[in-house]
Amino acid sequence: MVKVILSRLARLVATILAVTFITFIMTALLPGDPINAILPPDAPRDPEIVAQIREEFGLDDPVLVRYVNWLGNAARLDLGESYVNRGQSVMGEIKNRIPVTAQLAAMAIVFAVVISVPMGVVGAYRQGRAIDQATSAASQIALSVPNFITGIFLIWLFAVKLRWFPASNWNRWDKGIWANFRTAVLPASALALSQMAIFSRLVRSDMIATLQENYILSARAKGLNDRFILLRHALRPSSLSLVTIIGINFGALLGGTVVIETLFALPGLGFRLINAINSRDILMVQGITVFVATVYVVINTLVDVLYAFVDPRIRKG
Amino acid sequence: MSIAESAAETTKASPIGKAVTAVGSKPKRKSPLEVFKEMPLLIKLSSAWLLFMVGGALYAKLDSALGGSLPLQDPFLQTNGFNPATGEFGTGEPIEPSSAAHWFGTDSIARDSFARIIHGSWVSLTVATVSVTFGIVIGGFLGSLVGFVRGRTETVIMALIDVILAFPALVLLLAMVSIFAVRNLYIISLVIGFLSIPPYTRVARANSLAISNREFVLAAKAIGTKPSKILFREIIPNILPTLLSFALVGAATVIVVEGTLSFLGLSVQLPTPSWGNMLNESRRDIKQTIMPVVWPSLFLTLTVLSLNQVGDWFQKRGAVRGSAL
Repeated sequence: MVKVILSRLARLVATILAVTFITFIMTALLPGDPINAILPPDAPRDPEIVAQIREEFGLDDPVLVRYVNWLGNAARLDLGESYVNRGQSVMGEIKNRIPVTAQLAAMAIVFAVVISVPMGVVGAYRQGRAIDQATSAASQIALSVPNFITGIFLIWLFAVKLRWFPASNWNRWDKGIWANFRTAVLPASALALSQMAIFSRLVRSDMIATLQENYILSARAKGLNDRFILLRHALRPSSLSLVTIIGINFGALLGGTVVIETLFALPGLGFRLINAINSRDILMVQGITVFVATVYVVINTLVDVLYAFVDPRIRKG
Repeated sequence: MSIAESAAETTKASPIGKAVTAVGSKPKRKSPLEVFKEMPLLIKLSSAWLLFMVGGALYAKLDSALGGSLPLQDPFLQTNGFNPATGEFGTGEPIEPSSAAHWFGTDSIARDSFARIIHGSWVSLTVATVSVTFGIVIGGFLGSLVGFVRGRTETVIMALIDVILAFPALVLLLAMVSIFAVRNLYIISLVIGFLSIPPYTRVARANSLAISNREFVLAAKAIGTKPSKILFREIIPNILPTLLSFALVGAATVIVVEGTLSFLGLSVQLPTPSWGNMLNESRRDIKQTIMPVVWPSLFLTLTVLSLNQVGDWFQKRGAVRGSAL
């Protein structure tokens, strides 16, 4: 077990280093002088000031030196300062905005699991019947609708027509749980739909395989009722693959929050990334990309280790 | 139609060197029409929709090339403004409902929505084509190569691929797109095409690993065939059908990705129409009417759904044939 964790840890560090390097190189080699992003376009280009700024941001050092400096700072959780909003630290912005994105992602996963597990179980239990075909067709379609389209239609129905939830805006926790929940429901649902489709298909096919195992037959022979067999005997092994797919899909979910936060104008990390791209705020783009990628890599490693921990066959192998 | 053709021949590899490469010896290769006849109704409808989309995109491109002389309205003309072609002011209005003159109505500055959607399909078609080409040619080749030669080449190339896959795809794409100050269809297609390489490489490698141990490859090695010849004559032709059916699902993914970029205003620049930027423009009008959102949504979703369905069908068909070997 320790060996598994150590090897995963080594791979984790290597991947994070590679991810930071690629992000840095990509944004450092971009055409155009960063000075144009730092100074307003109409500001006079006083050579002395320009030289001072170049010095301050270390723009004249070779790329590799800049990377090592940047990495050293990043290890101390300092990702530099925004080019555009002078004095605003990238890490501070991330800290400010991550609660929104994290809450959306968590709610989306919870929504998706709560709906998809019963859907998948029923689909497997009634395999080939009308209800199975209906849920399968529904998830096929849900899988093909991009999340921003889901989002627009949710806004139209629940915010414009029914006026149940707001179309944009965000209430932080301190304004009350219900106020916060009201602003999060639509964006989280928009994110949840495609995840729900993926999860329910997985649970269904997993359960169908499990229900053919001998121990299910012996449980039936013992006279246990169907509900007990389904929920206690069959669902448990399927939850493992569910955890794995949640980990794998987490990247797609993080990408999804970028679009959904922009659509709903939510003060999350994704919306900030789009702002930074539009204002060519390179250090902010770099910082957020590295942060999000690191979170993604770490979560995938955790899922891997968790998987090994739960499944004895992998732990020993 | 090459997809249908190649999928039809799948992995019916007859053993040993020359025999398999002799074109004439291929057992009853099915024509696209025969493959079409085999399809269930849903898959037939999906294929028909895809053909219609490709036809529409080519037609729109031809129309622009001919200066708008084909029967399709001008996607840039504001029908409520001055029309230089006729020298008159138009009588159209913004956000008209569907009518005989404007099938899908007009958008917020009175342009014909149907024409914009048909022209917008060109963007999706281009991105999908470039992505699939990059994926199959570069990704497919790299994957087949490393699965066959193994060793250090494999370690290095797969490490690179894994690092690219370690990013959440959309976030990496956004970071790459942010590098370019000017974003046009070529740049967007190239960036998306580049990011399409890793998944195809993985699929090709997995298949190449399996095929490299099959009897006909061993036989070819035993009679002293050059490795490069084995790669191109034995391995790649057997991987291609799998890659092509993967490509349909891959195309669906990149069409959604391009739609997302357009929706965020980071793909082709206005006034060039794309489904994503039409959605972004029309969502501001949903307090008045949802219809301008419905049409591009419908086209985007149906296209993605069709690609997924047809891709799934070819994959299942290939799997059945593969297991029959």
